[in-house]
Amino acid sequence: MGSRSSHAARIPDVDSIRRETGFSQASLLRLYHRFRALDRTGKGYLSRMDLQQIEALAVNPLGDRIIDSFFPDGSLRLDFPGFVRVLSHFRPVDEEEDGNRDPKEPEPLNSRMNKLRFAFQLYDLDRDGKISRHEMLQVLRLMVGVQVTEEQLESIADRTVQEADEDGDGAVSFLEFTKSLEKMNIEQKMSIRILK
Amino acid sequence: VVLIEPDFGLHILFIFYSIMLHDFTPLLTAVARPLFLKSASCIIQRDESPMEKGLSGLRGRDFELSDVFYFSKKGLEAIVEDEVTQRFSSEELVSWNLLTRTNVNFQYISPRLTIVWVLGVIVRYCVLLPLRLTLAFIGISLFVIGTTLVGQLPRSSLKNLLSEVVHLTCCRICVRALSGTIHYHNRQYRPQKGGICVANHTSPIDVLILTTDGCYAMVGQVHGGLMGIIQRAMVKACPHVWFERSEMKDRHLVIKRLKEHIADKKELPILIFPEGTCINNTSVMMFKKGSFEIGATIHPVAIKYNPQFGDAFWNSSKYNMVSYLLRVMTSWAIVCDVWYMPPMTREEGEDAVQFANRVKSAIAVQGGLTELPCGVGFEGNGSLKAEGNLQTCSYLSPAVIILKKTSKLDRK
Repeated sequence: MGSRSSHAARIPDVDSIRRETGFSQASLLRLYHRFRALDRTGKGYLSRMDLQQIEALAVNPLGDRIIDSFFPDGSLRLDFPGFVRVLSHFRPVDEEEDGNRDPKEPEPLNSRMNKLRFAFQLYDLDRDGKISRHEMLQVLRLMVGVQVTEEQLESIADRTVQEADEDGDGAVSFLEFTKSLEKMNIEQKMSIRILK
Repeated sequence: VVLIEPDFGLHILFIFYSIMLHDFTPLLTAVARPLFLKSASCIIQRDESPMEKGLSGLRGRDFELSDVFYFSKKGLEAIVEDEVTQRFSSEELVSWNLLTRTNVNFQYISPRLTIVWVLGVIVRYCVLLPLRLTLAFIGISLFVIGTTLVGQLPRSSLKNLLSEVVHLTCCRICVRALSGTIHYHNRQYRPQKGGICVANHTSPIDVLILTTDGCYAMVGQVHGGLMGIIQRAMVKACPHVWFERSEMKDRHLVIKRLKEHIADKKELPILIFPEGTCINNTSVMMFKKGSFEIGATIHPVAIKYNPQFGDAFWNSSKYNMVSYLLRVMTSWAIVCDVWYMPPMTREEGEDAVQFANRVKSAIAVQGGLTELPCGVGFEGNGSLKAEGNLQTCSYLSPAVIILKKTSKLDRK
């Protein structure tokens, strides 16, 4: 019930989005409403500013980086499929779905690998496939920076890189990143369950 | 179950109506609940730890690579839903849930919904009401006839058995007449003979609801009219404790008679509503201590009505009995939960007031009701009534806040 008619047909390309992201029709509808609500001026797409106006995101230390992940390759407009594509990384992993998956098809966006890749990109600003010490320092400054001195930050950054780095090149590649987190329950930590 | 039927036609009619209402109500509640009752406020399931907690957690220990997960998740959660959305979506999605009697509290009303509401009114008044009235009539007449007949027998165990059968059958018919769906919890603690059963009071229907699951001895004033006929009929079949109006004022007499009743262990448990008046089922008022002075085992019972299907609260200043019954019979259903609780006895060094408060708290906790603190009473018409020694109670200002809340919850 409600003022909005529950027609998923209003979402453009809903079927292809559903196949790509794996969201249910009901979830897509809710996300579509949210997309429209965020788009205050009714442009039909989201800009950086629309996302920056979310207060809870503004106080998040990784807020800017998260917003950047929505605008890959320097684009300025975020349309609904792009919006949902990023959010689908956080879709909870469905055990059944995983078992029935056709191995020839590309991995679903919410697989463990893809979740890790998303997290990796939050660190790797220049997208060179490695987290250098410098990039690690920058993230640390964002997250812990206020209460810790510069030397302490540098030592934490050194320690973290050293712990994960296996081939000794002074940077953390994606594989090393995955390996250091292999015991962690990524599926649960990076999942947002959309209620029916 | 032995039924005494005047004639065959009535028998068929009775069975038909009974089946219709009996099957209709649980079906309605089972189907309606998930369909119409939508929780409109949250889109995502979130763990409620605020971000400050996560940040301060970082201070306490060394940074790890995995810390990014927490913040990214929080950030994405904020993108999907934040305080602002919740306000918008609640306002837009809260529309009439198709079950309450009126829809004036809801902001969204469309022509489509109004038509559905009108259909609902027609069904309730033209289909359900006549059925229910017929059943109620059958139930009450059977009850009076049955108890009169049973009353002719001499006192024996057969008489008790038959009176129990008559009571239970007719109460069940009457509950069907109101389309009541009752869930009993913890039936192993059902009040036993020789004890006192204590419950919170919301409406006259409470009596019906409790009696469908067991026989009790009632306590109360003798009324005139239809209630008087029923009371006199009840007393013929098994002993109840009815008082004349003048006798009610004499507390000692009341207590003496109750004690006599309890002393006979074979007698049915006495049913008492210590609040003394009907409360709107969101809170439990202070219990009057009289029933707790007698010294018998108290069996507490909590009754909680589900307000979405029908409002059972009797605001005695606003409605008289007949209009109240009409309202109840034209609602969709009366759905309630009854929790039986383990028996309590007065402990050493505890006086009646403390014991009463202890029982009151237990009932409030079980039923999910708020507790109105000592010294403050809540009149049925919403006004504040202060009782007893106010100086002993330091809760006066929170009580006012609770009352403001409960008056908001008081539905039409």
